[in-house]
Amino acid sequence: MRVSLFITCLVDMFKADVGKAMVEVLERQGCEVDLPKGQICCGQPSYNSGYLEDTKPAMKQMMKAFENADYVVSPSGSCAYMFKEYPEIFAGDPVWEPKAKALAAKTYEFTQFLVDVLKVEDVGASLHAKATYHPSCHMTRLLGVKDAPMKLLKHVDGLEFVPLPNALSCCGFGGTFSVKMSEISEQMVDEKVEHVEETGADVLIGGDCGCLMNIGGRMTRKGKPIKIMHIAEVLNSRD
Amino acid sequence: MGLSISDEKFKGRVEEGINDDFMRGAVRSAQERLQTNRLAAANELGNWEEWRSLGEEIRQHVLNNLDYYLYQLSENVSKRGGHVFFAQTAEEASRYIKEVVQKKNAKKVIKSKSMVTEEIGMNEALMEAGSTVVESDLGEYILQVAGDHPSHIVAPALHKNKDQIRDVFRDRLGYTGTEKPEELAAFARKVLREEFLSAEIGITGCNFAIAESGSVGLVTNEGNADMVTTLPKTQIAVMGMERLVPTYEEFEVLVSLLTRSAVGQRLTSYITTVTGPKEAGEVDGPEEFHLVIVDNGRSDILGTEFQQVLQCIRCAACINVCPVYRNIGGHSYGSIYPGPIGAVLSPLLGGYDKYKELPYASSLCGACTEACPVKIPLHELLIKHRQVIAEKEKRSPVAERLLMKAFGVGASKPGLYGAGAKMASKVVRPFLKDDLIHKGPGPMKPWTDVRDFPAPNKEPFRDWFEKREKDRGQKK
Repeated sequence: MRVSLFITCLVDMFKADVGKAMVEVLERQGCEVDLPKGQICCGQPSYNSGYLEDTKPAMKQMMKAFENADYVVSPSGSCAYMFKEYPEIFAGDPVWEPKAKALAAKTYEFTQFLVDVLKVEDVGASLHAKATYHPSCHMTRLLGVKDAPMKLLKHVDGLEFVPLPNALSCCGFGGTFSVKMSEISEQMVDEKVEHVEETGADVLIGGDCGCLMNIGGRMTRKGKPIKIMHIAEVLNSRD
Repeated sequence: MGLSISDEKFKGRVEEGINDDFMRGAVRSAQERLQTNRLAAANELGNWEEWRSLGEEIRQHVLNNLDYYLYQLSENVSKRGGHVFFAQTAEEASRYIKEVVQKKNAKKVIKSKSMVTEEIGMNEALMEAGSTVVESDLGEYILQVAGDHPSHIVAPALHKNKDQIRDVFRDRLGYTGTEKPEELAAFARKVLREEFLSAEIGITGCNFAIAESGSVGLVTNEGNADMVTTLPKTQIAVMGMERLVPTYEEFEVLVSLLTRSAVGQRLTSYITTVTGPKEAGEVDGPEEFHLVIVDNGRSDILGTEFQQVLQCIRCAACINVCPVYRNIGGHSYGSIYPGPIGAVLSPLLGGYDKYKELPYASSLCGACTEACPVKIPLHELLIKHRQVIAEKEKRSPVAERLLMKAFGVGASKPGLYGAGAKMASKVVRPFLKDDLIHKGPGPMKPWTDVRDFPAPNKEPFRDWFEKREKDRGQKK
């Protein structure tokens, strides 16, 4: 099966290890992984800030980049969901609406792809650690990927899982919200960090690098020794 | 006071909210209680999503045929001997109500909870005209005695705890009891009983008017609306022009959605419909009935990209799940309509000059959209507001606009992005400490004021991938 990575600008520029882990997990499942050239950013930061017209060229660029892909798989529920929004954004556009629909239909978040398309829940990973999981808002509520991450984590050998209190509440990232309303965002991330600490976990797992950068950045700032891992890194772990 | 409850700037209001630990503690526990109850009441039905779809359908049908149902409603109210007044503005609505009060020479008006009477600044108008206005909903009564504003559309005094309420009653009314809720309620009940008996005019809001019968539907837990509609000789009901249903059948569906979503109850203690003045042979009810239908900007929303906001049934489920509201409280929104619904509605009713920050006071987490019983896509409407602010009205900061333009260009030109990604690691090197950025420059500052920022990869992922592909190709 040929899988095209929609690697996201955050992973490309800041979290290459997440991308590498994802490639290795997918290849172990027998996928042939490629990275379509020309992909940049889904455009969510400027789209969510209200700059629709300024964002359209970036969106068109993505549609072109993935035109020949069979499956588009992303290590972010939020960025994957942005592709799902394209059809509405380009509704009525004779050239771009069909392309937007095609792209949306073949796009998956990483855990969703493993569980729903590859039908695999045990990827043979092992991680001997006490861990908790933060379900990111866009992945859970908007994309509707709720169970896949838990199904996969359940099969990770050695993983002691502790549920996160108020798991579904937002960590306060929200893209530009984290800088535009940083005082409010700070209160939200502090509550999230409190809950992570309450679990007594050594590792916080998540499926979206934006949220993880936010929570992780606050934890290092406050000197909390909790390790942050993207779920792809957990599923690629062999300890 | 009207829609606005503060002249202070948004930033200042937020700071005040964030520093009010007392209020935040009260909001947190209320949110958790209301969320848990709401979910239990919704799940109990077993097909909540179908209920939501039905609710949405009813609300959209009414909005798409609003002229028809408003006409039907007003005809039926008139047929039953009631007076109907269409008020285009808040001032018109208040003026009409004031005239009725003056004509009756009424010294005392008693009212039940109503957001739209807050919106039109009715109490102030009546007090200016020399009448006493008494709030009979317990939460509203507490706020009236305290000289405070509602911070929530269903539980207006949510930001106050029982000790604070005891203090308000003690300082303003000479209360000598404890902070026990039962004791506080019994005290208010006694005071209010006198007010009910001596008021000449009763004013209510309207949860939903029923077009087929010309009735006004009221939902309360305290029964105060029933006192307001039965004791005084003159009754005035005030409603937002979109708050109606075709028949009792839809009324039942929406009331169910409302009570479950608002307070997690199957039904509230009192659900009442009142229809016109009392007729010959009837023993109770008012002698005179007025229905004031308020537009105040609503018809301008019809037919626009924001029309769905008019589906709102004022249940506050969105407010009860909002993490932003949780941390800044209702007063920070500067409007009687706080939380996600307020962030969408307030700029539409009160303008961007006053409320342009509100659409940004959201992380777009979507909790509001998920909770809404009539499926208003609240977080999407917030993005639409941002589009109007940034693109149509060009009110966003110049620096932001330039940054977003640059982003748009960078994100559509692979060559440019590739070069930037390669450079990033070098550019930020002077700011790095332990592979983290603790004090970022320019637009990064608000981020690094709160949290660390990761160092860019030494080589972008795509370079690693390409090299790997090349190596593999050579091996083959």
